[in-house]
Order: sequence, then structure tokens, then C-alpha cells
Amino acid sequence: MEPILRVENLTHTYSAGTPFERSAVQEMELTVMPGEFLGIIGHTGSGKSTLIQHLNGLLKPTEGTVYLDGQDIWADAKNIRQVRFQVGLVFQYPEYQLFEDTVYKDIAFGPKNMGLDKDEIDRRVRQAAAFVGLREELLEKSPFELSGGQKRRVAIAGVIAMEPKVLILDEPTAGLDPRGRENILRQIRQYHKEKGNTVILVSHSMEEIAQNVDRIVVLKGARNYMEGTPRQVFSRAEELEAIGLDVPQVTRIAMALRRRGVDIDTAVYTVEELKEALLRLKGGGADA
Amino acid sequence: MLKDITLGQYFPGNTIVHRLDPRTKLLAVMLYIVALFNAKSVLTYGIMAFVLALSIKVSGVKLKALTRGLKPVYIIVAFTAIMNLFFTDGTPLADVWLLRSITFEGLRQAIYMVLRIVMLIMGTFLVTYTTSPISLTDGLESLLAPLKKLHLPVHELAMMMSIALRFIPTLIEETDKIMSAQKARGADFETGSIFQRAKALVPILVPLFISAFRRADELATAMECRCYHGGDGRTALHVLHYHKRDILVLIGFVLLAAGIITLKILGL
Ligand SMILES: Nc1ncnc2c1ncn2[C@@H]1O[C@H](COP(=O)(O)OP(=O)(O)O)[C@@H](O)[C@H]1O
Ligand SMILES: [Mg+2]
Repeated sequence: MEPILRVENLTHTYSAGTPFERSAVQEMELTVMPGEFLGIIGHTGSGKSTLIQHLNGLLKPTEGTVYLDGQDIWADAKNIRQVRFQVGLVFQYPEYQLFEDTVYKDIAFGPKNMGLDKDEIDRRVRQAAAFVGLREELLEKSPFELSGGQKRRVAIAGVIAMEPKVLILDEPTAGLDPRGRENILRQIRQYHKEKGNTVILVSHSMEEIAQNVDRIVVLKGARNYMEGTPRQVFSRAEELEAIGLDVPQVTRIAMALRRRGVDIDTAVYTVEELKEALLRLKGGGADA
Repeated sequence: MLKDITLGQYFPGNTIVHRLDPRTKLLAVMLYIVALFNAKSVLTYGIMAFVLALSIKVSGVKLKALTRGLKPVYIIVAFTAIMNLFFTDGTPLADVWLLRSITFEGLRQAIYMVLRIVMLIMGTFLVTYTTSPISLTDGLESLLAPLKKLHLPVHELAMMMSIALRFIPTLIEETDKIMSAQKARGADFETGSIFQRAKALVPILVPLFISAFRRADELATAMECRCYHGGDGRTALHVLHYHKRDILVLIGFVLLAAGIITLKILGL
């Protein structure tokens, strides 16, 4: 299968030619398959936001190429807006971008820019609002009357309403309480399941990534560091901890057990898996 | 992009220029400007250019950073040059086509005007590039202190200025971020009629104002929490002192201004 997005040898330097010059992304490689749920994780400042802003052409590579469906997105700079409709990007703290006087109009901003007709816009706005769990009666309210969590969902709906082939979310749960966090993650999971579209989730919380994605890309200091399924990545949990990333609590329990001489698989990352690993251990022990 | 606006930006360093008292730099740049406006000949412009080049060299600021600061005024510079080029009376350059309306005097005038604007901007930028916003406002407050006798709210003005300087980069960064977020939703700021372009600014300005007000509110609360009550009885953490180097630099610039004016009077 053809990858939907491919990043080749990407380097991005901010403020080139000033004393503040700094490479936020260096020689990065990334391949994203259609329908995949990909997690990008790394410490604050590791270049996550810089990387994803290249995927929809908001930033132009200093070096390297970004391919969407096999096409270099910068081959024709005039088409860059079309790329942005296909690769939807939800920024970190997206609630600060709201500006319309009603929630409905704000969600409709993207579809309207695409030049869709009224009925299609209406359908998309309502569908997107439903995806993020905004009730109908909220649509006519001012976005500024809503709670923080609701505002964020309006902003996410604004990108979903463009029906992009790839949906990228930059730390969508930052600054929310645990319940709001779980709600948003559940809705994103739901969206991925129902639409079957590609989703890229950016986060610095391993816990969050582990529960949701098919594949994880770990960034460190502006470069690729590790890549694989959650199992593969967590089987190297010590390395993750060494670079200061939080390993899921469950994995940490398994690691602690292992340090105490229990022969347990440390590549577990859900409560279910830990339970099974422990039961297996117990079963094995009874045999002996 | 917006990042190119370098107003109020400070490039930290540890050169003599950086270490000068901010008041010295403010006074020196004022004297420099006075001198610049009195330069009328190749000789005096040469002296001014030499002083500027020397200051840039000593400060360690890259020339590229200074020319980048000129970007926003390119149009003004070009406009001034063209106006002077075509609308100065005198002897035409040559008796063919366009050259007939360009005079030798106009050409000289245009070159001088461009040089003056460029050197003016570079000189002032050199000060803001090498002085942190805080010491800049401290310096200004101290220089303006005598005006307190006239009941001018000098401290408040300086405080407002330092807050404004402090938040310029923040607001620029924020504008960049909001623009990117709206571009991600297909906003188009580059094409369309003037009316359409003005309308395209709404999605940037509304969030920007909201966040600016929110920040102002938070800052006011934070200042009140730390018992800020205006300038009366406030003492400074960093008390400004003139050093020997400050005196020398000031004498130098006074001599520069006096010298240039004398040369002008002498018709040189
Ligand atoms: N607009 C910018 N201008 C200059 N430097 C930036 C800009 N955005 C990010 N950086 C720098 O680039 C590095 C990577 O930042 P970022 O991509 O935001 O990382 P992350 O999203 O992983 O926290 C950081 O060191 C940051 O300071
Ligand atoms: Mg980020």
C-alpha cells in the first residue's frame, strides 16, 4: 500500500541567520499509512509541533520533502490550500482561534473556505459537532460563553468539518482535567473507528498515546529516536525513562516487578495486559 | 513573515556597547541623529558612516540583522528616493528620454536621503539590539526624571513602555500562531480584493484582542498581588551608574555633533 504521507530527510531551522538560529527538526523521516492511528511523542521542545506543521504546508522545509499521496506538496505552491483541506491540523490550545459569534459559524469557517454549498456545510457542521459531543442547542451559542473543554471541542469540530483525509491533533488534551481528557480521547477514537481516516495524535504523555494508537514515533532532540507498535516501544521502557518520558504506570509496575526478580514481560501497557501477564506467571509457577 | 519585525528585539551580548549605561546610549543616539541631520556633504556623511560602522563593529551585531530591520521601510526609502530623483530642479543628467527629468542635484539629493534614512534606522536599531528592554526603560525613566517636577507621570510612562516592549514579541508570536491556525482551516490572507483582505483579518484580530485583554487582566492581577502601587517610594534593583567609558562615549558624541555642525557652518 502507498503511504498517505511521507516525510523525507526533513530539516527545519528557525530564525536562520540570527543569533537565535535553531534547528527544531533534523533529518527526520516519517511514513504514515492510510487509515493508521499514529502517535508522535517526545519531550517538550523535541520538535513535534514543528514536524506536524510541515505535513499540511504551514511551514516550508528548510531541507527535505513532504509527500501527500506520493506528490510533493510544495511542487506547486498555489495548491497549498488544497493540501490544508486534506490534512486537517488542530493546533495546541485551539480554543484561542475561535472568533465567530456563534459556535455554528465557527465550525463552518473551514468548510466555507473550501467553497462548499450551504446544505453541505450544514451537514458537515452538524456531523462534526456530533463527533465531538456538542449538543445541538450549543450551536447557536457564542463560543466565548462555553467552558474550556467545550471550546476546545468546538475548535476540533472546526477541523473535522473539513473532512480531511488525515486529522492531526497537537496535544489535544493539554490543560484539561482527567475527565475532559478522557472524553476528548474517546471521541477521537470513535472518529477514527467510524471514519476509518488517518489520525495522528501528538502528545508528551505516554499514557495517553499507549491507550490509543497503532504505532508510535518517538522524537528526541529534533530527531527520530524510536519507532514501532506500542509493544515494541514499551519493551524498551528503560530507554524511554532514560530520556525523561513517562512510561505508562502499568509498564512501570511490570518493570518494578522485573527488577525484583519476577520474570514478567515488561512490554505491557494496559491493565488488561498486565493482568494476563501476571496470570500467566502464576499459571507457570503452579506447574513448577 | 511577522518574525521579521525586529522592533524591540534584543540580542544579548557582552561587548562594550552592551555594557554602556542605557542613558549613555540614548543620549549618544540622540546626538548621532542631530549630527546626521546636519550632515550635508560627502565629508560629513563619510564621518557619520564611519562612526556607525565602528559602533556596529564594536557591538558585534551582525550587519544582516540590521538590514533585516530595514525591511519594513524599504517602500518609504524607495519612495523618497524616487521623489527626490525626479522632482529636484537642476541640470538634467542627459538629453535623452527619462534622463531629462532626472537632475544631477536630484541624484545627489536622493542618495543623501536614502543614506540618511538607512543610517538613522541602523543607529537606533543598534541601540535597541544591544540594550535589554528593561534597562532601556530604566534609562529613559532616569533621563526624564526632571520632568516629574512638572507633574508628568514619568514612572507610569516608563512602566507602560516597558510592558509594551515586553509584550511586543509575545503578541507577534501569538499573531503568528493564530494566523497559522486559521490558515490550517483554509483562511486566505494573500489573495482577493482589498475589501476581502480586510475581512480576512477578522479571524486574526478577534482572537488577538481577546487574548491581549486576557493577558492585560492577568498582568494587572499579578502586579497587584505583588503590591504594586505606582512609582512613589519605589527603589530600583539595578541602580544606574555612569562609568568612565560612559563619559568618554558621551564626550565623543558631543564632539561628533559639534564637529558636524561646525563643518556645516563652514560650508564643508
Ligand atoms: N516559531 C518559532 N520560532 C523560533 N523557534 C521556535 C519556534 N517554534 C518552536 N521553536 C523552537 O523549536 C524547538 C521545537 O519546538 P516545537 O516544535 O514546538 O516542540 P514540541 O512541540 O515538541 O514542544 C523548541 O526549542 C522551540 O523553542
Ligand atoms: Mg508543541
